[in-house]
Amino acid sequence: MIPAAFDYVRASSLAQAIDLLRDDPDGTKLLAGGHTLLPALKLRLASPALLIDIGGIAELKGIEISEAGIRIGALTTHAELFASEPLNKELPVFRQAASLIADPQVRNRGTIGGSLANADPAADWPAVVVALKAEIEIAGAHGFRRVAARDFFVDIFSTALAPDEILASIRIPRPKPGMRFIYRKIRHPASGFAVVGIAVGVRLHGGVVAEICIGVTGAANHAFADQHAADFLTGKMLSRDNIDQAAKLLGETTECLSDRYASAEYRANLIRVEIRRALLALSS
Amino acid sequence: MNDTTAIRHIGQPLRRREDLKLLAGKGRYVDDVRLPDMLHMAVLRSPHAHANIRSVDLSAAKVAPGVRLVLSGKALEGKMGPIVPNWIIPGSKVPFRPVVATDRVRFVGECVALVVAETLAQAYDAIGLIDVEYEVLPAMTDEDIAIRDGAPQLHDNVPGNITTIYKVRGGDYQKAAREADHVIGLRVINNRLIPTCMETRAIVASPEPDGTLTVYIGSQVPHMHRRWIAETVGIPEHQLRVIAPDIGGGFGAKMHLYPEDLLCPYLARELGAPVKWWESRSESHQSTSHGRAHTENIEVAFSSDGKILGLKVDTLGNVGAYLSNMASGGPTVNTVNFGTGTYKIDNYEAISRVVVTNTVPVDAYRGYGRPEGAYIAERAIDAVARHLKLDQVEVRRKNFVQPTEFPYRPYGSMGVMYDSGNYQGLLDKALAAFDYDGRRRECDALRRDGIYRGIGVAAYTHMCGMAPSRRLAMSGFDRGGWESARVSIDSSGRATIYSGSMSQGQGHITSLSQIAADVLQIPMDNIDIVQGDTRQVQAGHGTFNSRSMAVGGSSVHVSSQRIVAKAKKIAAGMLEVDEKDVSYSAGAFSVPGTDIAPVTFSKVARMAYVGHKLPDGVGPGLDETVFYDPTGMGSPSGVHLAYVEVDPATGIVDILDYVAVDDVGTLINPLLAAGQIHGGVVQGIAQALYEEVSYDPDDGQLLTGSLLDYAVPRAEHVPNIRSLFQETPSPTNPIGVKGIGESGSIAAPPCMVHAVLDALSPFGIAHLDMPLTPPRVWAAVQEARTGASQ
Ligand SMILES: Cc1cc2nc3c(=O)[nH]c(=O)nc-3n(C[C@H](O)[C@H](O)[C@H](O)COP(=O)(O)OP(=O)(O)OC[C@H]3O[C@@H](n4cnc5c(N)ncnc54)[C@H](O)[C@@H]3O)c2cc1C
Repeated sequence: MIPAAFDYVRASSLAQAIDLLRDDPDGTKLLAGGHTLLPALKLRLASPALLIDIGGIAELKGIEISEAGIRIGALTTHAELFASEPLNKELPVFRQAASLIADPQVRNRGTIGGSLANADPAADWPAVVVALKAEIEIAGAHGFRRVAARDFFVDIFSTALAPDEILASIRIPRPKPGMRFIYRKIRHPASGFAVVGIAVGVRLHGGVVAEICIGVTGAANHAFADQHAADFLTGKMLSRDNIDQAAKLLGETTECLSDRYASAEYRANLIRVEIRRALLALSS
Repeated sequence: MNDTTAIRHIGQPLRRREDLKLLAGKGRYVDDVRLPDMLHMAVLRSPHAHANIRSVDLSAAKVAPGVRLVLSGKALEGKMGPIVPNWIIPGSKVPFRPVVATDRVRFVGECVALVVAETLAQAYDAIGLIDVEYEVLPAMTDEDIAIRDGAPQLHDNVPGNITTIYKVRGGDYQKAAREADHVIGLRVINNRLIPTCMETRAIVASPEPDGTLTVYIGSQVPHMHRRWIAETVGIPEHQLRVIAPDIGGGFGAKMHLYPEDLLCPYLARELGAPVKWWESRSESHQSTSHGRAHTENIEVAFSSDGKILGLKVDTLGNVGAYLSNMASGGPTVNTVNFGTGTYKIDNYEAISRVVVTNTVPVDAYRGYGRPEGAYIAERAIDAVARHLKLDQVEVRRKNFVQPTEFPYRPYGSMGVMYDSGNYQGLLDKALAAFDYDGRRRECDALRRDGIYRGIGVAAYTHMCGMAPSRRLAMSGFDRGGWESARVSIDSSGRATIYSGSMSQGQGHITSLSQIAADVLQIPMDNIDIVQGDTRQVQAGHGTFNSRSMAVGGSSVHVSSQRIVAKAKKIAAGMLEVDEKDVSYSAGAFSVPGTDIAPVTFSKVARMAYVGHKLPDGVGPGLDETVFYDPTGMGSPSGVHLAYVEVDPATGIVDILDYVAVDDVGTLINPLLAAGQIHGGVVQGIAQALYEEVSYDPDDGQLLTGSLLDYAVPRAEHVPNIRSLFQETPSPTNPIGVKGIGESGSIAAPPCMVHAVLDALSPFGIAHLDMPLTPPRVWAAVQEARTGASQ
């Protein structure tokens, strides 16, 4: 309940933070909203020697929408993503997903960057950014690089970030007209995290699926982009039959986690049920 | 000044007088007690469910910064303890429980060593430096496994891991079973729960300059804690002052004696400085008592028309590694005595075995035994209805004890007597409020569209306010059944009431004031209530077993009456008339039929202290203390109905409506009463749908060690609860009140389970064990579908 002693620095720039991080990447932790890190410190599951508070770094803040695309700074909180009118005018899935994360207190502090960097297999944003075909912008000693969201999540609590890198922003292409997104989530009754969460984007053209992308969280070791169901549905009508087939495919091709609360069979079932419900909603 | 009142306070839905302070963040909890030079204790807990302690190396911890004292169990041997239960069912074998483990640990979380340091952080740091070598032993966590041949034995003096065997019988079950048209069996599990209080346990012990010791502790039973600490640590009781400040929930868990309750007082005296300990949430999960944890094997014999002829119960109560405070009484007296519920079942046979396992000790939790008992009766009668395809309501109606049969002794019991009740009335009121017939039709119609809705019914009764004192002795309960109240009137006519009850959120400041205001006929604003300080409050037992209004309230009522009786004598002196000619109404003493000017209560109070005109034989002062020992116990009862929809595709249960009709006798404050029902129902729904402690059966690790895994319901998980009442006053106390605190948590679990089973009846699912989590419900539906297609 009381963290072990640590040093604390509040970084004022990205460059300063990266410099500090490079000195001792393993003994250092970045502090964003703290709503994952602080509980871990209190339980002494993590005992870093140094905490770098990145909360004051202007470069990591803000939501920008331009012709080229959307940029969401890593420090943007869940509450800001919920509240942003310009963003939700473009992509109402942000408000919808944010409203399903924890409670207002957590949403006021927790950041999307922290959530993605932490890569909890049951966190919500990973599914959403995958379905949005986002890129993750990463800052390191040698400048910036980008990784497709679908390649960013590597394993449980493990991402494409190197120990001395910082997640800087999320880059989202402007959705094509007619593209609609939905996020569905079955919550764990205790943690509130996703037992299964599915984000789906669909664009119909003449009643036929012109574009579809599916991000799944909760079900497996890490969030992933489905290819099987998406390939199957592309060029087809969103009929009940096709939806059922796609749901079956997604269920079959996912290697589901099994834990004390939910078996792998139950998770596979939830995937089928939730993708079906999501597609039915998007088909109308 | 308005110093008298003719208003009747009892029955008014008054808002709680204590809330402003609590809502404004001005409550004072144990953690708010911060004394100069205060030291902090941290506890090292066993990571193993069962192990021998080979060695404990304290050397590194002893030299860590800020550390003042480091002790292992060995150092405390002979200095204090053991911890002994307060309720020992005759014939029980009581395991030896040291305050801190010496050579063996028996559950994950048991105290192994402790550190006292200048800051809490230093104490935690030093705990991490203690090196303990364990020899891990085989562990078992399940009551069923613990009693098998060859199971690891936990205590040398508890062969077979059974501490207590308790039997109840009435009539002739065997004969009833032979003669019955049907006999069915069912095995139900009453899931283990964590009594989650918003405020975890905390304690500060502070040596005073005069040699006494003040102990601040979140306690439901401050005077009991004083006695236990005195007896176990060896401190003269009169030199101990126990203060229970505001408490953020108790639910039973804060009425037991825990190692930390003894360590802080001991260490404070050793070190000559205040010592504080405060429990983290994860510590709470593995060191504060758990609740329930039973397995029940039930057999019910009945005729084809749904009349129950006999009931047989075999209970295994898992009490964890040691017998905690009341542990031998819960699965026995408190459970199987009540196994027939609200039904007239003359032939009853029950056996209960109390079993030790490598788990956190299990003790009282809201309802203690009565939820388990009601679950037996209710699951049995629901199974009868299902078996015979009869309406669940009609089968209950057929078997209810009749209103004319009270006081009623179920199965001819000597120990159980239901003082009053009208179950038919409760049922009718509940059905009407719920629109049972309409909803039943709706369920049937929706099923045709593949929508699975169900209605659950549950009835309950039990007994509250364990008493009289004399009878508690027979069941081995080492305390009395009385409660004390001192009503002290000052010279301005205002009252301070010192009550031995102890509010942990129930709103006693409001409800006890209402009781006193009616008798004293003074406004509530002129009444203060003092609880939770053994130096101020003469004596008491505290709050548990839904006893505070029936016993504590009656004690306030009777002592207030004595005040009025004495005031009347003084008034007679002032009015220069005979006492029998004086009448008291609307806060004034008058002589009806004369033109003598009345005197108000406050004038009389002033006279009591000035003492100038007191009649012969009447001493000065207006101050009365009563130790009220009831002659019997009141029996609340109720019928609850739930309406749910189950999504067979996900297993998710949606609660559409919940109606509770409860009979708690005279309602002192309907608003507070509804609040008690709401809270209890939420905890009952939690048991039915969400909460379950789980242990790894192989190594005894606690798998629900935090609120990330242990699902305490939030607002989104519970429905709007409609609470209604029926008032059948209890003849056992002067107010006519019965207990209320435990009602909701007794009725809701079976009610919810029945609703879900009703919704799933098209699948032929007849049984599910709590909690009915979505994965569990889904798996049952899958199994039923596969079974049906084979
Ligand atoms: C009660 C509760 C309920 C919750 N429920 C949900 C839920 O339903 N769904 C959900 O998705 N989440 C949930 N969360 C998690 C919450 O969303 C967290 O806030 C979030 O996952 C982490 O964001 P943070 O800003 O708090 O990160 P921090 O706790 O500050 O950091 C988390 C980790 O990420 C690293 N990190 C942070 N920012 C960066 C960065 N820019 N670059 C590189 N590394 C970085 C940190 O070093 C740390 O290791 C819940 C949390 C709580 C406390």
